[in-house]
Amino acid sequence: MGNVPTTVKHCLSHEQLARDYPWLKRWLVEEKEIVPTEVKVQLIDRLSDTGLSVIEATSFVSSKWVPQMADHTEVLQGIRKSPNVRYPVLTPNMHGFQNAVSLAAGATEVAVFGSASETFSRKNINCSIDESMLRFEEVLNAAKDQQIPVRGYVSCALGCPHEGPIDPSKVTEVAKRLYEMGCYEVSLGDTVGVGTPGSMAAMLRSVTREVPCRALAVHCHDTYGQALANILTALQMGVCVVDSAVAGLGGCPYAQGSSGNVSTEDVLYMLHGMGIQTGVDLSKMIAVGDFICHSLNRKTNSRVAQARGSQL
Amino acid sequence: IFILFLVLKRLPDRVKIVEVGPRDGLQNEKTIVPAETKIRLIDMLSDSGLSVIEATSFVSPKWVPQMADQMEVMKGIRRKPGVSYPVLTPNLKGFQAAVEAGASEVAIFGAASELFSKKNINCSVEESLQRFEQVMVAAKAAGVPVRGYVSCVLGCPYEGKVAPAKVAKVAKRLYSMGCYEISLGDTIGVGTPGGMSEMLEAVSKVVPVGALAVHCHDTYGQALANILVALQMGVSVVDSSVGGLGGCPYAQGASGNVATEDVVYMLHGLGIQTGVDLPKLMDAGAFICHSLNRRTSSKVSQATHCKL
Repeated sequence: MGNVPTTVKHCLSHEQLARDYPWLKRWLVEEKEIVPTEVKVQLIDRLSDTGLSVIEATSFVSSKWVPQMADHTEVLQGIRKSPNVRYPVLTPNMHGFQNAVSLAAGATEVAVFGSASETFSRKNINCSIDESMLRFEEVLNAAKDQQIPVRGYVSCALGCPHEGPIDPSKVTEVAKRLYEMGCYEVSLGDTVGVGTPGSMAAMLRSVTREVPCRALAVHCHDTYGQALANILTALQMGVCVVDSAVAGLGGCPYAQGSSGNVSTEDVLYMLHGMGIQTGVDLSKMIAVGDFICHSLNRKTNSRVAQARGSQL
Repeated sequence: IFILFLVLKRLPDRVKIVEVGPRDGLQNEKTIVPAETKIRLIDMLSDSGLSVIEATSFVSPKWVPQMADQMEVMKGIRRKPGVSYPVLTPNLKGFQAAVEAGASEVAIFGAASELFSKKNINCSVEESLQRFEQVMVAAKAAGVPVRGYVSCVLGCPYEGKVAPAKVAKVAKRLYSMGCYEISLGDTIGVGTPGGMSEMLEAVSKVVPVGALAVHCHDTYGQALANILVALQMGVSVVDSSVGGLGGCPYAQGASGNVATEDVVYMLHGLGIQTGVDLPKLMDAGAFICHSLNRRTSSKVSQATHCKL
């Protein structure tokens, strides 16, 4: 349920440039087009001017798996680092971590990716959940030494494309491990967007018994149109960090042609309409969405952007 | 914030879906489909478990050419027992034609915004309510139930913000006149959960929540979140349109009605009964989208048909 103060709550929007896990390989290959480094840099710089405080910039997963992120070091070198913004990067293991924090790349925050589903873990990162946790522990230890904050992700929190429904207790187990290992925040991802307010509430009830609400975030996919309703449920239960992607970039690799990430513009519209502060300028965000969609030559997935762009 | 505490309230066990696709949906689509397509759509919807399907409109075909085949549609559909097929009637003349065509339930349309009322039905809110009184008298005499709609409850394309007190005033008038249910419409989809709860708080002081429905548009992607809040406040009737038919006439290219499939998916996920068979509903959606040569606006349908 959560203790929600009656004053306006501050929400951070985590901005994801693009999804960047090995299992996206098929989607990315099918995308055909690899986004040039300067477009990525421009996108991040524009996002930095919207008022966002966290922008996930790139990934240090091997470029063999995720060719889209092969230019990770150039991106980090190229972006204008705004003083009020953090730029975390994905690091699946020690090798990725070392590259990320090297002098060349200079990352100052990283993220690790666990899964609540054994099958998903094996199919995507070729190891069990336990084995992945051991890898992350190495990263966490090294990160602690260098005072680099680490964010943890739990995928398949509301369902798995292979296993189907996921028991909330499993999500709790993985979230708790990541938190106790030292992740300052754990983002719970509805990876295939199958969750509804019912399953979101049940999962959060379980997780919040072991991980404090203030250390939780939700990462909802809009594949079944449920994202905003799920985010609202999470807010009602005390979560105040929400992940989203400008223009709803990033489709669903498990349902080709379907949407994936929830659009930042739509999330902002809802939060602002509810009187919740985010520090983000919606008009500027819509403009950034226009920019990246134009660069990628594709239509926005944001309903707010569609409506605003279509005023008669 | 009030609505952030709402999760503590119990959700209804059962929600009635009012399917407006064949009327509100098709009325707002560019392509006009022939009567037999409409009839087939309604028959397929009847088979999906829906209990209310808004079939057509008795507004003059001069204004709404899409509904010119109103008589043919009413006579052609198979009336499933236990399913109601309300039709829109803007005035006494429309009501009489509807009853002649065999309608056994009708709906009337008020607005919470003066400007919207003037621009759309060429009269003030007060004048429209007087026209409806005539319909109510005739309906009572004929034993025909009447549903009332209030549009622009969360915002108006001309006036902007609409005061919850104004919505409550119009809703109360319609209810006192004899409407058995009042459907509150976010006509341009600008509402968010905060505005929804504020508006419902005002309205439920003057109309019992059991007689309220919400008709949310998804133009800004807010519909499901708004519907969720309405459920948390005790509303248990939701209007929606199969396939999300019916764009927004105020933002060309933008979406309009919320898709029934997406609403049903959420409700079932919450353990709320609707009586609707989702696969059959999706079939009806696929059929009409194919006939209209357009992509469904339902994310559930898109995801289900796009599985790798």
